[in-house]
Amino acid sequence: MLLIRCPYCEEERPELEFRNAGEAHIARSSDMAATSDDDFEKFFFIRSNPKGIIYERWRHMHGCARFFNAVRDTVSDRFLMTYKAGEPKPAKLPGASK
Amino acid sequence: MAKAAAKKTAATAPSVERRPALAGQEFSATGVTLAVLPPAERISLRAPEASVAALSKALGVTLPRKPKTSAAKAGRTALWLGPDEWLVIDEAAKDPLADCAKLTVLHSAVGISHRNVAISVTGPAAAATINSGCPQDLSPDAFPVGAASRTILGKVEIMLLRTAADAFRVECWRSFSDYVFTFLSEAAGDAAA
Amino acid sequence: MIAAFRIPGAGRLKQAETASFSFDGRPYAGVEGDTLASALLANGVHLVGRSFKYHRPRGFLSAGAEEPNALVEVKRDAARKTPNVRATVQELYDGLTAQSQNRWPSLSFDVSAVGDIASPLLSAGFYYKTFMWPKSAWKNLYEPKIRAAAGLGVAPDQPDPDHYSARYAHCDVLVVGGGAAGIAAALAAAETGVRVILADEQADFGGSLRFESGARIDGQDGFAWAQGAVAKLKAMDNVRVLSRTTAFGYYAQNFVGLVERVSDHLQSPGRDLPRERLWQVRASRVVLATGAIERHMVFADNDRPGIMLASAARTYLNHYGVAVGRNVGVYTANDSAYAAAIDLKKAGVGVAAIVDLRDNPTGPVIDEARALGIEVNFGRAVIRAGGKLRVSSMTVQPKNGGGERTIPVDAILMSAGWTPSVHLFSQSRGKVAFNDETKRFVPGAYAQDCVSVGACNGTDGLSATIDEAYAAGAKAAKDAGVKNAGADTVKGAKPKVDASESWSRGMLGAAPGAGADTTVKAFVDFQNDVTAKDIRQAVHEGMRSIEHVKRFTTNGMATDQGKTSNMHGLAIAAETLGKPIPQVGLTTFRAPYTPVTFGSIVGHARGPLFDPTRKTAIHPWAERQGAVFEDVGQWKRAWYFPKAGEDMHAAVDRECVTVRKTAGLFDASTLGKIEVVGPDAAKFMELLYTNPWEKLEPGRCRYGIMLREDGFIYDDGVVGRLAPDRFHVTTTTGGAPRVMNHMEDYLQTEFPHLNVWLTSITEQWAVIAVQGPKSRDIIAPLVEGIDMSDDALPHMSVREGKICGVPTRLFRMSFTGERGFEVNVPADHGQAVWEALWAEGQKHGACAYGTEAMHVLRAEKGYIIVGQDTDGTVTPGDAGLDWAVGKKKTDFVGIRGMARPDLVAKGRKQLVGLKTKDPKVVLEEGAQIVGDPKQAIPMTMIGHVTSSYWSQNCGRSIALALFAGGRDRMGETLYVPMPNGTIEVEVTGMVFFDEKGERLNG
Repeated sequence: MLLIRCPYCEEERPELEFRNAGEAHIARSSDMAATSDDDFEKFFFIRSNPKGIIYERWRHMHGCARFFNAVRDTVSDRFLMTYKAGEPKPAKLPGASK
Repeated sequence: MAKAAAKKTAATAPSVERRPALAGQEFSATGVTLAVLPPAERISLRAPEASVAALSKALGVTLPRKPKTSAAKAGRTALWLGPDEWLVIDEAAKDPLADCAKLTVLHSAVGISHRNVAISVTGPAAAATINSGCPQDLSPDAFPVGAASRTILGKVEIMLLRTAADAFRVECWRSFSDYVFTFLSEAAGDAAA
Repeated sequence: MIAAFRIPGAGRLKQAETASFSFDGRPYAGVEGDTLASALLANGVHLVGRSFKYHRPRGFLSAGAEEPNALVEVKRDAARKTPNVRATVQELYDGLTAQSQNRWPSLSFDVSAVGDIASPLLSAGFYYKTFMWPKSAWKNLYEPKIRAAAGLGVAPDQPDPDHYSARYAHCDVLVVGGGAAGIAAALAAAETGVRVILADEQADFGGSLRFESGARIDGQDGFAWAQGAVAKLKAMDNVRVLSRTTAFGYYAQNFVGLVERVSDHLQSPGRDLPRERLWQVRASRVVLATGAIERHMVFADNDRPGIMLASAARTYLNHYGVAVGRNVGVYTANDSAYAAAIDLKKAGVGVAAIVDLRDNPTGPVIDEARALGIEVNFGRAVIRAGGKLRVSSMTVQPKNGGGERTIPVDAILMSAGWTPSVHLFSQSRGKVAFNDETKRFVPGAYAQDCVSVGACNGTDGLSATIDEAYAAGAKAAKDAGVKNAGADTVKGAKPKVDASESWSRGMLGAAPGAGADTTVKAFVDFQNDVTAKDIRQAVHEGMRSIEHVKRFTTNGMATDQGKTSNMHGLAIAAETLGKPIPQVGLTTFRAPYTPVTFGSIVGHARGPLFDPTRKTAIHPWAERQGAVFEDVGQWKRAWYFPKAGEDMHAAVDRECVTVRKTAGLFDASTLGKIEVVGPDAAKFMELLYTNPWEKLEPGRCRYGIMLREDGFIYDDGVVGRLAPDRFHVTTTTGGAPRVMNHMEDYLQTEFPHLNVWLTSITEQWAVIAVQGPKSRDIIAPLVEGIDMSDDALPHMSVREGKICGVPTRLFRMSFTGERGFEVNVPADHGQAVWEALWAEGQKHGACAYGTEAMHVLRAEKGYIIVGQDTDGTVTPGDAGLDWAVGKKKTDFVGIRGMARPDLVAKGRKQLVGLKTKDPKVVLEEGAQIVGDPKQAIPMTMIGHVTSSYWSQNCGRSIALALFAGGRDRMGETLYVPMPNGTIEVEVTGMVFFDEKGERLNG
């Protein structure tokens, strides 16, 4: 069981309290109805599924109940960092190998 | 009968019997005692930072701003559950919902007195009992007296408050209370180990 | 009476404290503190099992957890029968009953041992090659036969009466392994005051100090020192000492799984004691002190009972006081077997000869052996063992060939060297590194905050081990306990080693004469019957990767996970491949280190704790009425309320008719309920539901549909607006948690600018639906402060007031098509209010109805159930709910998805009604629908029946169905092919009863 640092609780908490919520930084258009088919496809269906660094959403479901963002290495299953929802993609990653 | 009672009774006093879940249940094992606590008034309070001071004043208890903490005053306890979320428990029969109703500052107060059931877990093996199903570190350093958190017990969600070195208050939703009490009872039997 | 092979005065057990036990029905006497293995050996019993594949007779290889052979069944009673118990680990208790496995009809005569004779057919990869054809024979013939012949033990056929407990634990330093290294590390860490857990798989701490007669620490015998040190640790508040506890898995972020065997060693465990306790430990730092495991020599017939590891023989002697034979031979490539020979010789056991594969080894143990008059042969190999049910001789030959000599023996002690136990290190994702000089894999690069000390780290010698471990323990405490003041101060004194033994080196792979090109069986993996030849054959047949060799031969795949065999297997493969060992590499070590029971993994989660059973506040009343319940997710819901003599049909028919004739009461408490509060509540609702909400007046309700972003229906429910800034939202019962999550997700991440908050109030309110023409008459007398007239409280409205003196949110709404109400009251009052309503209802002839009648009644009206009539690919348009989509809205979740080309294309599956041509026939839900019943099979299925019931109110069967072009086919005849014939159906509208909806105000 992983420990995940909740940026709102400001500490690492057991994975059982969390739930993954898919890839992060996929913005919903403010003019959703006018989105083209192609853009909707990109927005709704296409995910990067990288081998390596992934930016993803988690929810501290059974803790503070906040959604937040995390950077995880899908190869090592390590969390590099977590940050609050709405904050920009971090420019620099701590301890990233590449 | 109930109908007759309804007509006779003043609107302030409930005329029908209140039947709390697991009322009065207790369980003891070496080093730990479980007891279902009497009903309490509760609200789920949500508010932005700017409203906290006014709400604290109205409630008579300073809403904690630090994660995993609580504050208590005069039978009323506020548990930090999230950055804009508190569970306010009143054991002195004073409805916190009424205290918030007067306020105009931005907030959401929702009555949940009947949603939750509280179970006290006390004794030297209290932490071990809870740790049977709760993955958090409950050592006094990590979870001191007054610490409060929503977390997991076995397969359900609980709200946990450490009320004393050897005492916890476990709150859960009403329909999970049977599971939680049964879980804690089974765990209690092995907690002295 | 002392057993034949127990040496008076030898070992540490109190030989006077006897315990009786039985093996294969024969009674024996043992001593308290024995393992089943030591007790059997004391009685001269070596033959204890048959091997997995060839059914060869087997004895004890080891004295510990690495045992591959001596697997027995231990039986307490019919339900408590544990197969595959390692006799070397099972502690003896008075009355223990054990029996051998894998043999028929008896251990000494096993007909399946023909497999040994027919073994050329069963060589490496035989599964893949032998049983290929015909295909059907695999399922019907080969597999059952192989399983029956080759199974390991028999699982009990009764529920496990034991219970298992579990605990999450946190510590600063977890020390795995309680030998000299582990104890030293734990002492150093504990003395700093940090939280320490020390775990060891054995009953007693001490590890190899159990057999190392030459070790002296702090002026005491090594084992005695260990007991004293552990007693000291146990007395410390900051230390938890766990014996009989195996660290079986090392997971991410120093999360380590331990299983503590609490009562398997007790004669009659108290009912309050769990059988096992699972510890899930999160440690800031882990110290691995897991020791090393001795390897056997790979030579012909090295599996005969009586042939065992030298350290095992030494353990049986020095700890249990048992001689493993009267005239033992020794075969070694390493010094440590000499110590065994010396100890046995000193205890009066005959040592026929030491055969040492090395050419000219020197050292004090060799000198001592010679001084004791033991024959020592260098540069020679044991090329085969004689005997079948027990070893009777060893045949010795110079290792480069030459004359043979057969020496009678009744036991052979072997040592090819020691393999560091890097299992947990490797599980932690650390990378092992091969030391070419010592021929062993030792911890290389670490992946987690852990450190290996002592033998598992390749550290030789007790002094060096204790130095290293003590320093590592202190450092771990310091690194872990930065917040604890004084954590860097070790207060105690480092244990001082006065005398020790030391050995290293040895050999890997097959010894000479292991029959490279012959048919002899020189076993590498005893439990899976893998020979040196099998591994060579695997390479010859094209396996290049060690992972392939492993799977092809099954080397290392047995319950012992190759603890003794992996290194030999690797060396043989490397030699055959002509590659250096590190290039071939080790197979992956996986959890569990030793087998773990299902019970310990399941822990408390069985019976009532398997899954929460949720009951409503009204449940006790329904139970008293004799309701039959159905499971809806975790909820128990009243399904129907049979009266005396009624079956389900009769009860449901009566309930359905009564509701439409007078009224019915229904417990709707399980419906999800969410309070949406804040000045932007309506804006938020606009975004989450397809419907318009801004203009919904406080006090009114609306049926809302929630979509996912893809445009498909996600949930539905009636929403009441209590105030401009407050909505009371209901969801489906099963959808409650995910709808809440979905709403929170959008609120927190897409619309965080909205001032609105969500609170689950599902369990705050008990909900009593009162439906039917008499519903108002039933409720009105109990209500205060709410005008119940149609003008004041029209259909789809909500009021707050009191009922029976308690607060209520009273909804006027209907899921039956009748005049109806849903009375929300605080949950603890639910039952009493229900009883009051029930009493009123009785005056009008009302009934209680369950979920089945609820389903029928709503289907009569064509009201859908999300998840039954929809399946995640149904749009509001498909379901005939276009009217619920706000046409003027510019945004809501799903607005774009709904407009995708495929979702607006013609010919989509649409929800409509079906009437069977024969009104008495009730369709099966899920049945497929076809347009032309005469078409060839496989037919084109155009859709399926989603809901189907007998409707007593309609006097016929009714159904809803989802199929291509649904609404364009009104009046058409379609077909539902079933095993008993094809059913003709007519396509109709979805409303079967009161099409005009007049009864809502009836």
